[in-house]
Amino acid sequence: MNLSLSEEQEILKQSARDFLEEKCPKSFVKQMEQDEKGYSPELWQEMADLGWMGLVFPEQYGGSEMSFLDLSVLLEEMGRACLPAPFVSTVVLGGLPIMDAGSEEQKGKYLPEIASGKAIFSMALIEPELGYEPTAVKARAKAEGDSFVINGTKLFVPYASVADYLLVAARTSDAADGVTVFIVDAKSAGVKVSPLSTMAHEKLSEVVFENVKVSKGSVLGGLNQGWPVVQKAWEKNDAAGCCEMVGNFQWVMEDTISYVLDRKQFGKPIGSFQILQHYCADMSTYLEGTKLAAHQAAWAVSEGVSTAKPVAVAKAWVNQVTATFFNLAHQMHGAMGVTVEHDLHYYTTRAKTVERGYGEGNYYREVVAKGMGLG
Amino acid sequence: MDFSFTEAQEKLRKEVRDFLEDEIKQGLWKPSCDAWIQDYDPAFTKRVAAKGWIGLSWPREYGGQGLGHVERMIVTEEMLRYGAPAACHWFSDRQIGGSVLQYGTEEQKEYFLPKIIKGELYCGLGMSETESGSDLASLKTKAVADGDDYIINGQKTWTSGGSFINYVYLLARTDQEVAKHKGISEFIMPLDLKGISRIPMVDVTGTEAWNDVFFDNVRTPSKYRIGGLNKGFYHVMEQLAFERSGMERLMGNYPLFDGLIKFVIETKYNGKTLAHDDVIRQKLAQLQVEFEVGRLFMYRVAMAMEAGKTPTVEACMSKAYATAFEQRVANFAVEVLGPYGLLWMDSKCAKIGGMAAHSYLGSKGYSLQAGASEILKNIIAQRGLGLPA
Repeated sequence: MNLSLSEEQEILKQSARDFLEEKCPKSFVKQMEQDEKGYSPELWQEMADLGWMGLVFPEQYGGSEMSFLDLSVLLEEMGRACLPAPFVSTVVLGGLPIMDAGSEEQKGKYLPEIASGKAIFSMALIEPELGYEPTAVKARAKAEGDSFVINGTKLFVPYASVADYLLVAARTSDAADGVTVFIVDAKSAGVKVSPLSTMAHEKLSEVVFENVKVSKGSVLGGLNQGWPVVQKAWEKNDAAGCCEMVGNFQWVMEDTISYVLDRKQFGKPIGSFQILQHYCADMSTYLEGTKLAAHQAAWAVSEGVSTAKPVAVAKAWVNQVTATFFNLAHQMHGAMGVTVEHDLHYYTTRAKTVERGYGEGNYYREVVAKGMGLG
Repeated sequence: MDFSFTEAQEKLRKEVRDFLEDEIKQGLWKPSCDAWIQDYDPAFTKRVAAKGWIGLSWPREYGGQGLGHVERMIVTEEMLRYGAPAACHWFSDRQIGGSVLQYGTEEQKEYFLPKIIKGELYCGLGMSETESGSDLASLKTKAVADGDDYIINGQKTWTSGGSFINYVYLLARTDQEVAKHKGISEFIMPLDLKGISRIPMVDVTGTEAWNDVFFDNVRTPSKYRIGGLNKGFYHVMEQLAFERSGMERLMGNYPLFDGLIKFVIETKYNGKTLAHDDVIRQKLAQLQVEFEVGRLFMYRVAMAMEAGKTPTVEACMSKAYATAFEQRVANFAVEVLGPYGLLWMDSKCAKIGGMAAHSYLGSKGYSLQAGASEILKNIIAQRGLGLPA
């Protein structure tokens, strides 16, 4: 057992923090909230040049073959900076499934494009009726000669409006798990993207597929073999989200401490009052618990050991504590914390977004319940 | 970063499990909540000692195994999982030996450590007094030097160890003239010295695990004083990290949690098992998630100790968090059992061995022992987060 970062990870963490503090101040976050694309292509290219997009891919595809745990260090810093960029959607929802389930040809084509910063990916999975089971996938892909034709509606697709490719989960058989994942060019005829207005102003979209024709070669992971691909991606996405939350909570904790030390009422810093001290102690407990659980999940993904339980524990924990953590933070910031002038709201809204993830608390508690032998 | 255990650690865990399962199979004892602090069984302690599992993190020259804090945590975790009657040696293994190792003279190490390792020294804690609880440094028990001895007068309360302890760890004032923190020393002394008497305190569960201990002109040879004169309060603050961060703060009522899980799997209501009731399974899974995070908190403290740090703040966080978890387990068990949750252990209709009612009451003390949660949160805020005292 070893709960510390390696020396290389410490260096990566520091360089990521320095880079993001310079390139991603809150004025930039604010600007991107209003921006149509929601990210800066120039900054994206700089991130690619730093090797961030290819971090976990094999060298032959332009990556640097580092681990998911190394990636989690970057994710924490991105969470701390509230970085507006399609990083998780491209690397975790696009790149990793291709790396895990893709054919040689698919890996050779797409992974170098991701690593170099050329291609943005996203995953089109969730549908209007929601649901955690393969049966919730109602969009259909019908075989027609050498092609498939996709019809259906997907919701909450991150950064769909700027994506070059979408991994689309569609039904290819009436069997319950008869789902196939397709790599679809987002500019294909019949793909209609409509951005949704959201709490954190991040770029989630509705994507309607109307007779979208794709080749057989675009199947990822085999015909009717898509559900395990989706599940794996979803698990990694939520593990990544928990890591982002570590950075998010860390910033909020530091900011809250500095606020209660600075703000004076009744002639003393409000941080000298015992009730606020206990609130801070509680927040710190939630933060440290999140760190441990998220690191354990990232480690499990990294090592390829059984990931279901560690990811479930981390995400269920995050979903359990987030609301209380932010209630305490806002309470201590007083009215200032609910204005747009203060930066706290960037964290409140992004945390709520990550909390949704693919699996809600009840979904992950159900995973834990099964592991406990509750049937 | 690595969240796995070594092969040797996994092997140790399995050995402890096999040993305990075999003991249960032989009918030597039954798993119970709080067994680490309330179930005294000198014969069990001797059998554990024979396995080398008491003082296993201490140096070989004193009879230990030179293993680490993680190994000790593995052993204690399994003892708690099975609710084993380890109260005779628990305190000595947890903090008395560590104190002697850190602050004792060579002679004291050679005297105390082998006795603990052999499972013969059962030590209770004499810290709290009737007027000195959270404000421990205000304690009044006095030790006045008299030649080579100290004469000790005063009263301690909540001394653990029932009628089994043969030694007591004592904090006493050795200098009246200085600030309250600066005049306290530590003693580890046999209980058969003339002038020591004790009266059991009966807690709301009916247990007599704690005592009032009276010291009436007790002539105590100075060889029983541990560590620097008047340094006792500073020593104990470090030692409390050991006392607060053990797995017993998370798993004190684990046999109830485990029993509750089995109960909902086996019990049917309206044609389906309670485990298939959505509310019950969600709530139990939530408790399991909280347990898993608590377990990480505990191993984090062990890792810090392994690195030679005194994880004061981390230990406070672990204990405040974990004891609140234990209280939620007890309360939820009573809720699931309905009126059965009220039944005491000796009741013929009791479910899960009557552990729920007992633990509901017994767990009230969890957030008080070894530092009330409010004091722990003060420490987290002030020493951990830098807020003003």
